[in-house]
Amino acid sequence: MDIFIGILEQGMIYAILALGLYITYRILNFPDLTVDGSFPLGAAVTAYLMTNTGDLVATISLGHNPYIICLYALMAGAIAGLVTGIIHVKFNIRDLISGIITMTGLYSINLRIAGSANVPIFNLDTIFSNSTMDMIFPESLLRYKVIIIATIITIATKIILDLYLKTKSGFLLRAVGNNEILVTTLAKDNGNIKILGLVIGNGIVALSGSILMQQQGFFEITMGTGAMVLGLASVIIGINVFKKIKFVKATTSVIFGSIIYKAAMSAAMDIRFARASDMKLITAILFLLILIFSEGKKKKVKVDA
Amino acid sequence: MLELRKIYKTFNKGTKHESELFHDFNLKVEKNDFISVIGNNGSGKTSLINIICGSLEIDSGQVILDNEDITNKKDFQRYSKIGRVYQEPSVGTCTDMTVLENMSLADNKGKSYNLTRGIRKNRIEFYKDRLRDLDLDLENKLNVRVGELSGGQRQAMALLMATMTPIEYLILDEHTAALDPKVADIIMKLTEKIVKEKKLTTIMVTHNINYALEYGNRLLMMNQGEIILDEKDEKKNKITAGEILSIY
Repeated sequence: MDIFIGILEQGMIYAILALGLYITYRILNFPDLTVDGSFPLGAAVTAYLMTNTGDLVATISLGHNPYIICLYALMAGAIAGLVTGIIHVKFNIRDLISGIITMTGLYSINLRIAGSANVPIFNLDTIFSNSTMDMIFPESLLRYKVIIIATIITIATKIILDLYLKTKSGFLLRAVGNNEILVTTLAKDNGNIKILGLVIGNGIVALSGSILMQQQGFFEITMGTGAMVLGLASVIIGINVFKKIKFVKATTSVIFGSIIYKAAMSAAMDIRFARASDMKLITAILFLLILIFSEGKKKKVKVDA
Repeated sequence: MLELRKIYKTFNKGTKHESELFHDFNLKVEKNDFISVIGNNGSGKTSLINIICGSLEIDSGQVILDNEDITNKKDFQRYSKIGRVYQEPSVGTCTDMTVLENMSLADNKGKSYNLTRGIRKNRIEFYKDRLRDLDLDLENKLNVRVGELSGGQRQAMALLMATMTPIEYLILDEHTAALDPKVADIIMKLTEKIVKEKKLTTIMVTHNINYALEYGNRLLMMNQGEIILDEKDEKKNKITAGEILSIY
């Protein structure tokens, strides 16, 4: 039972990351490695705003309110996406390389923001544990508190994305990933729309990083390593498992993809000789297997790195 | 009016593959002209329209559109007055979006792509009417992904989409070449109807000599970056396919 709760908790939190990657990779067709930096960026900003006792921080975060802090994390991620977008669009640097540049720079920036490679936030208010939440949740539901809160945030993110993708701006974003020439003939600059997509995607990714950090109770600089691969795996699993079922929206598929992925990882880590340090290797192998066995790979994976 | 003045264009400049295409190339397109452009591969027809649309940079010269020098304008800026249909049906539509979403996307050209609803419900009947005119059963496929349609259906949609909003110029880039003859005929008739209705100044590049003779009021024939035949109205109507083939 505890294993299932763990899978659902992690699956729901990482689903937000996957939704961010759904925007950049699936909608925009952009293999965005910024994610490995913007995911821990969200966590670093959260660590800073939660642990810094200065007046300014207390003021702008409305007294270290964890929900307000999440919004700051989201904004920080959006700025990271903006940087990658500008590098790619305005300086004509290839998509993968642009992301790598931002990701590399973010490693140092994240360390500066967080102050050190490992920052615990035990006993501080988080979105999961604060006086309001402690009041709302009865004793009997405490075990499911994280799942419930993470699910609410994930579904809210999904609904906002769904609504956005149905707006005129959302239409244009989808069109850019699908057919840049058409967008040009609509008298629109592809570049600015791509930048917008990267801003949205990385904002969501950083939000996910902030939430994961609050759930695990500490920031660590390595938490971004493999974040892009992990998110992509969830996107690809979700889309492929549910592609035959018409009434399931892509964003819903992605959320289920994240849970399936976490379950698969959990099963893989259960192999007797697996150590905790093998996780990234298993992540890589699992991702490779997913790519090999998903038919979608031919259409969407860009190999012009 | 559209005018190309003293256009020079050399490809692969400074390499051993250097080849000059346009050397002091000039062309005036009068308002409401419907020009058919024919010529061999490499004659410069596609380069000509790419220069007009801004997708091919020139070495020197000027592109003038309605008395405005647009030589330094980017391609997407030029398309505010220009509609374009390409050879490949997939280029003119978004294959991952539905028929209705595609129509709405194109219908918003020239306006802001903001956070209001992408599909304007009060325009659905209008889209249906336009689609019904095509006689391809598209009016009953509003919620079908465009990727699932046939090439002819997609190209008809591409033409509708390119001409949906008020534009003044229409560029047709071998837009019937990828279609079977029957569908190509339908698309050509539709093209003529739209061009007349909307009074569009049109440049059509084609390999089909019959279409070039049948449609439009002016015929241009190009060879190695030069115009070797330029006839209008009555003179154009007297030209026969045989004459064209003799100089092709």
